[in-house]
Amino acid sequence: MRHSALVRVTHWLTAGSFVALAVSGVAILLAHPRLYWGETGAVGTPSLIDLPLPFMLTGQSGWGRYLHFLSAWMLVLTGILYVLGGLRTRHFKQDLFSAQQPAKYNGVQRMTYGAVVFVLFPSMIWTGLAMSPAVTSVAPALVTALGGQQSARTIHFVVAVLLVGFLIGHVAMVAFAGFSRHVAAMILGGEPPATEVHT
Amino acid sequence: MNRLITRRKVMTTALTALGGASGLAVAARLAARYGLIPPDHGGLYGAGETLTYASHRLLTTRGSLAREFRPDQISKVAPVNGPPPQAFDYQQLLRRGFTNWRLDIDGLVSRPSSFSLGDLRRFPVSTQITHQACEEGWSFIAEWTGVALSHVLNLAGADARAKYVVFYAYDDDWESIDMADAWHPQTLLAYGMNGADLPAPHGAPLRLRLPRQLGYKSIKYLAQITVVESLKDVGDGTGSSAPGYGYSWYAGI
Repeated sequence: MRHSALVRVTHWLTAGSFVALAVSGVAILLAHPRLYWGETGAVGTPSLIDLPLPFMLTGQSGWGRYLHFLSAWMLVLTGILYVLGGLRTRHFKQDLFSAQQPAKYNGVQRMTYGAVVFVLFPSMIWTGLAMSPAVTSVAPALVTALGGQQSARTIHFVVAVLLVGFLIGHVAMVAFAGFSRHVAAMILGGEPPATEVHT
Repeated sequence: MNRLITRRKVMTTALTALGGASGLAVAARLAARYGLIPPDHGGLYGAGETLTYASHRLLTTRGSLAREFRPDQISKVAPVNGPPPQAFDYQQLLRRGFTNWRLDIDGLVSRPSSFSLGDLRRFPVSTQITHQACEEGWSFIAEWTGVALSHVLNLAGADARAKYVVFYAYDDDWESIDMADAWHPQTLLAYGMNGADLPAPHGAPLRLRLPRQLGYKSIKYLAQITVVESLKDVGDGTGSSAPGYGYSWYAGI
């Protein structure tokens, strides 16, 4: 069963923008690697998590934020294309929610994919918007529902860690199943190898 | 048959590309006309900055208000990044309690003016309890007291051609905001914080308060305000000293 052009193109756009988001996210985080709960938090107030990372104030959060928003836009636009296309081609229905026989993916894989696409990525967008003072001036519930701006920042970090965890698992499974052939199938759209292990 | 489909595909693709390109060109012209392009739109990150700024401006056309808080939510800790300017002229003003400090307003105004701290305090008082988030990630809530920038712009007679308000500070930083922010009711020239005079490290005698953007846009130690039609010839043309340090001009994130 080959990957459709839609899945192949959006896969690599997502991969590229996700790596850029992760790198720039770390650059922003290093300016203040402490996490809080509620509306406010600063050095001198109690923290929720003190990450074992140095405070880095060398200006990396500047390009970090520029790159973070550029790649966030890329990912959101790609995500819209993917979801609309996936609905139209019945990709979600056939491959994620009601596996046709023979199933392309097993139960754990389908659940993981479903959670990444429909829970984790939307949570990142929500908590990201909840940190924006301009966006929350229009929709305050985005941030109050989470318990405050610092809570949004903390959840944004935790979900990012889950997504990076998914990426590591995903690449490990692909490597286990035959890295170059699976990568070739995701680029060229050919038939992936018979050992169907995608995660 | 195959060839026909291929030709049709090629034509559809070409038409789509042409449509997309002309659509983008039209979008760019419309965006420029309605002031949806930030001054630091050039370079690698320009597309992201423009999308963020334009979408925020379209979202906030009705002048939405930043969240305000209750007095019991005011933070006990309100950190700052660094001490007030060490320059001699600022230190001298500080020592004299800013009695001879003036705020100059010039540029596209019919009545270029100069206000003392006493003048500003006699204007209608505006108070807000708002959240201030540093771009580094930390934040606090404080009560700010001052005069709405719109009041001062009206007194000076800001011209209809005005597109940006530029701020100059004693620490050599400079900043600018668009008219949507300049006329916004929560945009303050703040001289008070948490019921007292604005402390020196928080920007005495006067700082901007712009609660719909990150903390660094709320420029401290104000000296001069200039109303302009274009930012091209102001400083390096990027709208503030922030892009020079690698930070975006628009900070509504």
